[in-house]
Amino acid sequence: MSLAVLRTRWLPPAVALAVFLGLWYLVSDVVLDADRRFLLPPPDAVVEVAFLDPVNRAPLLRGLALSATVALVGFLVAAVLGIAIGTAMSQARWVERSLYPYAVFLQCVPILALVPVIGFWFDFGLTSRVIVTVLIALFPVISGTLFGLQSADRGQHDLLSLHRASRVTRLLKLQFPSALPALLTGLQVAATLAVVGAVVGDLFFKQGTPGIGVLIDMYRARLQTEQLLGAALLACLLGVAAFSLLGLLIRATTGGWHGATADHRPR
Amino acid sequence: MPAPDDVMLALASVGRTFVDGTAAVRDLNLRVHRGEFVSVVGPSGCGKSTLLRLVSGLEPATAGTVDVAPCRLGYVFQDPTLLPWRTVTRNVELLAELEGIPRDERRRRVAQVLDLVGLTGFGRARPAALSGGMRMRASLARSLVLEPELFLLDEPFGALDELTRERLNDEMVALFTDSAFTALFVTHSVAEAVFLSSRVVVLSPRPGHVVGEVTVPFPYPRPGHLRFTPEFGRLASRVSDLLRDADGGNADWTVSA
Repeated sequence: MSLAVLRTRWLPPAVALAVFLGLWYLVSDVVLDADRRFLLPPPDAVVEVAFLDPVNRAPLLRGLALSATVALVGFLVAAVLGIAIGTAMSQARWVERSLYPYAVFLQCVPILALVPVIGFWFDFGLTSRVIVTVLIALFPVISGTLFGLQSADRGQHDLLSLHRASRVTRLLKLQFPSALPALLTGLQVAATLAVVGAVVGDLFFKQGTPGIGVLIDMYRARLQTEQLLGAALLACLLGVAAFSLLGLLIRATTGGWHGATADHRPR
Repeated sequence: MPAPDDVMLALASVGRTFVDGTAAVRDLNLRVHRGEFVSVVGPSGCGKSTLLRLVSGLEPATAGTVDVAPCRLGYVFQDPTLLPWRTVTRNVELLAELEGIPRDERRRRVAQVLDLVGLTGFGRARPAALSGGMRMRASLARSLVLEPELFLLDEPFGALDELTRERLNDEMVALFTDSAFTALFVTHSVAEAVFLSSRVVVLSPRPGHVVGEVTVPFPYPRPGHLRFTPEFGRLASRVSDLLRDADGGNADWTVSA
């Protein structure tokens, strides 16, 4: 990496981070009196108490693992289900007409309000958490798939019609590839929503094996601010990781031909 | 009704009315013989593209009969309609793929047609890396892979600049001279029509029907400077006059348009 890249790409966010941490220290050490410092302990205290102390670290990492599992399983189920539903809608107008309104409805419903109901039906374990996550992450996959599959232009469809391409051939050779950009964007949104669903859903469940959400609620109740901030930070990192992983997938699959970042040079 | 041997396509009293009631073409009669290069010119929206869609079977006629001799069909659209995720080679082999031609044979033909349209060396490029002219060459190559006997071209060079267009016209003449296909070529340009065709058919405004035709007697291959001969000018102005009459004297048709 050249010095210029270092300066233009990495320096600005690094400066912003330094300013942010400086402000944090300012509030913790200068603005707050010693007896009110528990409201916002300084960054080094958060790292020391939440991450370096093995007694506190162990439940945090277990909670992170659980929430990450819920997010991943929920995301995968939402992806498979969403692509299947979106594809079915693209194949027959009557399927789209009968299902799409309910997909929109699902998107409008505050799923978290249903947490008690879902817990009542499916207990407060992993299954319920995954169900909440799926419900929250599903819509962007459906709409991304449907919109993407309908994005091929008429000329390209005509071309396949002239050669009597079957429905499957049309899907495989034309519709799925042209759907990729919209589909992957939908998946990226779904991945971040899955993390939200896993963490916030957990917070609302308040029962069962503690994930990040239950821990956050517990630390808040006990005024353990270092652990509370540490848990929140881990939840943020989980979301960023989900977003970035999908970003890598997008670059790997459509980076060569789609969007402003496309590398058009012949290889 | 089977068409006689040398007739590639015969349209008799053909009409095409859309569901909303607008008629694209009405009472259209046209016969094209094997080995002819027929251009269709007419005012915007006169049903020229519809004519090609009717011949190709993409749309059904709502009146009259469309008879096309059983043959391999090539269709080049206004837009290159290349698939952006495929390289030029993969784009050009698409139709051969759909027709189930084995991979080795496909690749052999692709190399051949890329050479024919002057895209050798660009096989691994994606469409976005190509200029408009090169994309259209790739689109032509894609059709040529199947060695069409009847070639339908829908204003393929309409979006290109004048210079590129003339070069592609020259190459189109060379292709037509070397390969034994029959062409039905839709265009806005009178000069292009006269330069390429053995016969120019003029359509009326919508709903389109044939209002006249001009036979172009120049032998193939045709050199580029043919465009500047007095005879070429005379033929072009006859087509222009027909267009002007067809359009009720309103349109501003110029020979170079």
